[in-house]
Amino acid sequence: MKRTYAKITPMLGLAALLAACDKPTETAGITPQQMADALHAVMESDRTVYTRLVVNRLQNEEKVIKASEHWKDQKALPLPAQMFRYGSEMVGKKTDAFTYQLLSLWPVNKQNAPRTDVEKSGLTFVAENKGKNYYAEETLGGKKYFTAIYADTGVAPACISCHNGHKDSPRTDFKEGDVMGGVVLRIPIK
Amino acid sequence: MQRKTIIWVFWIAAVSGLTGYFVWVLYSNDRTLFLIGKTTDGHHQIELACEVCHTSPFGGGPVLQNACVSCHGAELAQANDSHPKSKFTDPRNADRVQILDARFCVTCHREHKPGITLAMGLTLPGDYCFKCHETIGKERPSHKDLAFDSCASAGCHNFHDNRALYEDFLAAHLHETPLRAQPQVAVRANSASDPAWVERARIALARVSSPDTTGGKPADPRILHDWESTLHAKAGVSCNDCHMLRPAPAATAVWTDRPGHNACAGCHAAETAGFLAGRHGMRLADGLSVPLTPMSPTMARIPMRADAHGTTLGCATCHGAHRFDVKFAAVEACTGCHNDEHTRNYAKSAHAAAWEAEAAGLKPAGQGVSCATCHLPREIHRGEKGDRVVAQHNQNNNLRPNEKMIRSVCMNCHGLGFAIDALADPEVIRSNFAKLPSRHVESLDWVERRLKTTRKPNQPGQ
Repeated sequence: MKRTYAKITPMLGLAALLAACDKPTETAGITPQQMADALHAVMESDRTVYTRLVVNRLQNEEKVIKASEHWKDQKALPLPAQMFRYGSEMVGKKTDAFTYQLLSLWPVNKQNAPRTDVEKSGLTFVAENKGKNYYAEETLGGKKYFTAIYADTGVAPACISCHNGHKDSPRTDFKEGDVMGGVVLRIPIK
Repeated sequence: MQRKTIIWVFWIAAVSGLTGYFVWVLYSNDRTLFLIGKTTDGHHQIELACEVCHTSPFGGGPVLQNACVSCHGAELAQANDSHPKSKFTDPRNADRVQILDARFCVTCHREHKPGITLAMGLTLPGDYCFKCHETIGKERPSHKDLAFDSCASAGCHNFHDNRALYEDFLAAHLHETPLRAQPQVAVRANSASDPAWVERARIALARVSSPDTTGGKPADPRILHDWESTLHAKAGVSCNDCHMLRPAPAATAVWTDRPGHNACAGCHAAETAGFLAGRHGMRLADGLSVPLTPMSPTMARIPMRADAHGTTLGCATCHGAHRFDVKFAAVEACTGCHNDEHTRNYAKSAHAAAWEAEAAGLKPAGQGVSCATCHLPREIHRGEKGDRVVAQHNQNNNLRPNEKMIRSVCMNCHGLGFAIDALADPEVIRSNFAKLPSRHVESLDWVERRLKTTRKPNQPGQ
């Protein structure tokens, strides 16, 4: 009996120790989808504020300053898409925990057309299913990513009028509230 | 047995001897032995300061990248770099990075490879654009039949700086006359009565607490005569302001007979920074791992006058020690050393004629064209106390490629199309613009044609 206890007790103790180590700690962790949704909420809000309160108000309503792609040369406001992209570049310098881009099926600059399969299917999905987001996983350059794609809608008259009138825009019949593209957010996962 | 011993002794002696020799060279002042290939024109002056680029013996690309960015990063940001690193760290471009890793400067600009080095230190064959932009023929029918290595041709596209070449800029400057109605560059505010200017001089004076002195020596009347008619004198900058220097920040100021550029930097920070970044002053820059002598015409790779072999470059070389003659610095200082065809042909050029007319008072200030007008162009520096016109002293800043000169220099007097054509013609440059461009770059024509076939160009607010 004693010998049995002598054998079992250390084994039980070891098993308990291993179990305690192996078990993932139940902290308040968040899923990649939750993280993507939270980041997108911030991005979308910041850009909507800029588009409505700065660009649309000062350019289209008050008419005191224009917004232009060549804002430095023309002493104008950066376009909302540029404000978004400069933020994305700045984030890229600070962290590689996530990346995000503004893409479209009807891009003014062809380099912003979808390139990966997930981008193509995601942009199509959010354009055809208003109000829904698209989530997928993809492997790029040997690394795995959780990719979230959110619809990007024309939130102000400034968006519509500029894109419809741009010489490089492949589509000229946007209306306010239309899906004009998508925000593609990638989080590296294991 | 004895033969074996001899062989052992010989090899140990040979290896130890060679190792000892190489280690001695490594820690000596002249490490030319370790240069594995002719360095680029841009770096050859500092080629012996290995640690400027090789900040660590190990680390490869990322270590070198930091070195590149520390000298060239600000310039690329100012040029609104068309291909910044951020484009290539984006995961969606991972496949492109496999083909051409444009995240790192050294992918395209490898040092120590003289056999494959092209202009501006490029060590790739000319088709690098095609690797990502292979569908351009579909997006731009005008490009359909162009050679796949013709993208970076003069007047067309640059990898980094397209400020004078982007489509909307060309569209905004169609049909400009070769010579503008009011050709003029920015004029430097050098009036001693300019309150902002005098205020700066007063602040500079306050830095030197010791009273006016000539270092205990009797003042040379010729030097005083040279100085007293200068703007320095009018602003109250006298002997001690330049000659009393502190060897260390907290040390007492001592008289220095020949102050270097640090004496000028106290007031002329922007000009000094430009000088130290360019090919005149890069050997004197801070942060070099070994102290280097000032640049001299004997070290140059371009033709220099033989009688200038003894000249060493500092602020006083071009500006004179006490006269600070900017007119001399604008032309004669250059022609005193440079002996290439472009320089030799300047005197007969229309630019020189305009310069002489300005000097004679026949043309208003800013209409003459000296060497400095183009190669040390005037820039507007924004400050808290207003805008200042400052001469950029990095004479190489707008030469790589020369389209950088278009907006800062040429377009002050000339139309965009004429400027592009002239800078694209090596014969025109060699003759120092004595002849009209023989070749026409079609960029503007193609933009005009495209505008006619598409909607109105993107006017802000539409």
